Amino acid sequence: MTETVIEARGLVKSYGDIEAVRGIDLEVRAGEIFGFLGPNGAGKSTTISMLCTLLTPTAGSAKVAGIDVVRDPSAVRRRIGLVFQDPSLDDQLTGRENLEFHAFVYGVPAADRRRRIDEMLALLQLSDRAGSLVKTYSGGMKRRLEIARGMLHQPQVLFLDEPTLGLDPQTRQSIWTHLNGLRANRGVTIFMTTHYMDEAEYCDRIAIIDRGQIVALGTPDELKKKVGGDVVVITSSQPDAAAAEIKRMLRVEATRDDGTLRMEVRDGKAFVPRLVRELTAPVETVSMHRPSLDDVFLKLTGHAIREEEASSGDRNRAMARRWAAGRRR
Amino acid sequence: MGGGTEAMTAPVTTATEESIRGDGYIAAVDTRTASLRAVYIIWYRDLLRYWRDRWRLVASLAQPLLFLLVFGSGLSSALGGGFGRGSGLSYIQFMYPGIIGMAILFTAIFGAMSIVWDREFGFLKEVLVAPIDRWAVAVGKSLGGTTQAMIQGLILLVLAPLVGVKLNLLTIVELIPLAAVLAFGLASFGVMIASMMKSLQGFQVVMNFLMMPMFFLSGALFPLANLPGWMTVLTRLDPASYGIDPIRRVVLAGSGAPSAYGLTLFGHLLTVPTEASITLAFGAVMLLVAVVMFERRD
Repeated sequence: MTETVIEARGLVKSYGDIEAVRGIDLEVRAGEIFGFLGPNGAGKSTTISMLCTLLTPTAGSAKVAGIDVVRDPSAVRRRIGLVFQDPSLDDQLTGRENLEFHAFVYGVPAADRRRRIDEMLALLQLSDRAGSLVKTYSGGMKRRLEIARGMLHQPQVLFLDEPTLGLDPQTRQSIWTHLNGLRANRGVTIFMTTHYMDEAEYCDRIAIIDRGQIVALGTPDELKKKVGGDVVVITSSQPDAAAAEIKRMLRVEATRDDGTLRMEVRDGKAFVPRLVRELTAPVETVSMHRPSLDDVFLKLTGHAIREEEASSGDRNRAMARRWAAGRRR
Repeated sequence: MGGGTEAMTAPVTTATEESIRGDGYIAAVDTRTASLRAVYIIWYRDLLRYWRDRWRLVASLAQPLLFLLVFGSGLSSALGGGFGRGSGLSYIQFMYPGIIGMAILFTAIFGAMSIVWDREFGFLKEVLVAPIDRWAVAVGKSLGGTTQAMIQGLILLVLAPLVGVKLNLLTIVELIPLAAVLAFGLASFGVMIASMMKSLQGFQVVMNFLMMPMFFLSGALFPLANLPGWMTVLTRLDPASYGIDPIRRVVLAGSGAPSAYGLTLFGHLLTVPTEASITLAFGAVMLLVAVVMFERRD
């Protein structure tokens, strides 16, 4: 199971002077759930689009399922499943009809068509609604249908671009259960992007991408080990003064993030009492936790992924995309 | 796929080169059969949606009906029975085949709007990323629009007794290919426009700008003879003229219509097969442009 399914070497995509992706190298092994984590605008979607043959790289090369994405995009497309960030279902058709359309276009043999559609519908728990028009589906059902569709032609790799974006936590959870099920059941390799830190925990390995470059790659545990010990977070009305004091007296570097200060310490339990005792700057709250991927991200990039920022960014980006698509076409 | 030349010039060992080219060749064959299947399913989806959207079906019949009953009846009374060079045809009878053409024109072009619609709602992406050739999308869409428009036009034949036009089985058999040819020409024209359009609004503006003149100049409402010179030129440039005239000739054949209705080009009377060929050629060219447009886009 150590076969490499996705291999990228020095992948670059630039638009004029802007380099959206600045040299990405990665290898994804068969049967892995590989997460591509980063804030919006980091180059996640651009990278996934190049791997899916939807964009041509400016430089570098990539192979998916052993096939060069530039040389034979059609062969790559037959071997991958795609779930886009934006919906791409025909909501005037039923769930089953959407799958039938896909089966035809991807050349699923006629003899297998019905059986495979039934299987995928059952696997994603859509069987009882298969005959309803997609416009009557909930957001989570639509996503599941798109995943079922992406798996219909038995791809080696399933690419998902922000598959849980805009879904409520419960639905996100169920999407993850299904993705894990697919991996266990079909042995498919899953490559996905997300900007939800908590979701990255479900991945076997994660690449953290920031400003078009991979800044860290490893299992969630490996990455968390990059942040030593415990993370202590305080809020203060005078964060700058507090940071200076902490540095002077406790010899700990605190990173400022709005009104909060974060610091990595070896032994949090011993550190907090000292901190409270010695600090003269006002401290409003103190908290301590084991390192999370958020902390890893913050440490590696010097800034946090903020969801509210991300979601407004999404809206703008969606608009910009629509506009750009309009101009191009 | 454009990968062939690259594979040949790439500095790789012979063995690798052969395997790449071998795979490429197989892929090309696979893609071709997949594309043919795709044409079918794209066409089928269009018809499924057309059939499901009964309201659109009814609504699109309302307009021709309105033209025929209000406009046609009104002008028939005003012009009297002797319309059309003593043929004894009333205006409404003359206009009737034109309204069939109008139904075909409007349906074909609005059918193409679904491409812009699909782009707006994301479904086009599902089609464009599939391992099929882009021409399949244009061809499937054009054939889908053709079929819908043809059905929409032929449905109006049930109104023949109402306007006093006699039809027989042979007429109907003759009409089917003529309706199909006109529908194909206009559907391909619509697909060509849609392939260049970004937004629904844009498509609607362009179509309204083109569709009404195409309708008015097509001979649907008045004979295209003895017109002012500039107008004669415009009517002959209107592709719909070459599709509506043969439909009129066939529909009115049983009602004592004079052959003088036939369209002339540079003073020569065109035969029905010539007119059909012109329409067919127009459709083919439009479809070709649409294919090129689809293939050019990233």
